[in-house]
Amino acid sequence: MNLDADSLRIIGILKDSFFPLLIAGLKFTIPVAVVSFALGSLLAMVTALARISKYKSLNLISGFYVWIIRGTPLLVQLFIIFFGLPAAGITIGAIPAGIIGFTLNVGAYNSEVIRAAILSIPKGQWEAASSIGMTHTQSLLRIILPQAARVSVPPLSNSFISLIKDTSLAAAITLPEMFQVAQQITATTYEPLILYCEVAFIYLIFCTILNIIQQKIEKKLERYVAM
Amino acid sequence: MINIKNLHKNFGDNEILKGIDLQIKKGETTIIIGPSGSGKTTLLRCINLLEFPNTGSIRVGANELVFGGNKEPTDKEILTLRRNTGMVFQGFHLFPHMTVVANIMEGLTTVHKQPKKVAYDKALKLLDKVGLLEKCDSYPHELSGGQQQRVAIARAMAIEPLVLLFDEPTSALDPELAQEVFNVMKELSKEGMTMVVVTHNMNFARKVADNIIFIDNGIIAYKGTPDELLTNTTNTRINQFLNLVSE
Repeated sequence: MNLDADSLRIIGILKDSFFPLLIAGLKFTIPVAVVSFALGSLLAMVTALARISKYKSLNLISGFYVWIIRGTPLLVQLFIIFFGLPAAGITIGAIPAGIIGFTLNVGAYNSEVIRAAILSIPKGQWEAASSIGMTHTQSLLRIILPQAARVSVPPLSNSFISLIKDTSLAAAITLPEMFQVAQQITATTYEPLILYCEVAFIYLIFCTILNIIQQKIEKKLERYVAM
Repeated sequence: MINIKNLHKNFGDNEILKGIDLQIKKGETTIIIGPSGSGKTTLLRCINLLEFPNTGSIRVGANELVFGGNKEPTDKEILTLRRNTGMVFQGFHLFPHMTVVANIMEGLTTVHKQPKKVAYDKALKLLDKVGLLEKCDSYPHELSGGQQQRVAIARAMAIEPLVLLFDEPTSALDPELAQEVFNVMKELSKEGMTMVVVTHNMNFARKVADNIIFIDNGIIAYKGTPDELLTNTTNTRINQFLNLVSE
């Protein structure tokens, strides 16, 4: 079978672009997502605890933060941080700007996940912990959070997978992650359909791997819970 | 051992405890009975401060806490009182993410800061006492309800409380499993553990109780030995109640 010139050209473009895309994914997409998710989860934990704390001021501050972040588009937030803040004298590079934007988002959305998970643990667990003399902090750390962690794995994985895909928005603030590289290659090859399908495929691979990891973690945490 | 004076507790406008006075001596087993909604569980939960009384005082051992006065008890005083009381719940409330032995060790290692080894040995002794030594590495969901409740008793005893409180410990269990829990409790009572038990099981009450308290509508309507209560009473409310639970 003879391949015509057009097909050969397309195969050539796919071959030449695959590794640059993959490398951009491994060098920027994944690290930015991992760092943002780690920082964002810490922020989410603090926010969740502030939201369920008995101190009114903490409830208000954390509620305000979640309200702002959830009520405005991520792309707009990234533009404010990267293009807007320099006007106020604060200049931030594309990578830190991206990480800040994604971290704030993960923090806001995941704080709701963690808050719900903590509230889903039956009151009897708090009472049992109190009854053996634990302080509030000890009860939280030793009894409630380990159980809440298990409940949060599926929604947190969900949020991480979303984040991997959302990092493509950082292409708009000059961060050279995977989608931006795809745009650059498209600009020279004039093959948007091929390039964008190819980059979509690589995102799909990343997310599939994450899905498998999520299932492994869930299996591991399942062992102590009657189903 | 325990001295409760003029204890009042409201939930909103609803007054649940209307001035409870109660003394319990060391080594006694006191059974609390009464219709549902009468305040017996609330009284028990007030003794280890899962509920905070509105006014009155509670003394357990040497610690006396006064409520509704000028100065509310501090967190430290509350913790001290809780560490002197052990609680066994109707719904067991074992920690599902820990093995049986870890459940019992938790109070010793986290609260009393004992070394793991010491806590482990002690936990095994307690497990042996409730007849579940072979289950030490199981998770709670792998046990029957009766076994879970026996582990919960061992967990409550681990912190060496001055008194063990039982809140309807067998009402979530079928009769056969309830019996194994009652057997453990009977044993503890014989060994001189101070116990306060809310239960509807009059058979158990008759055999084990030193005192029976009948709570009705937020006050102690009657206090006496099981024999006095079951044979001599002329109180119609108590007789009505006893007829109901023995049906």
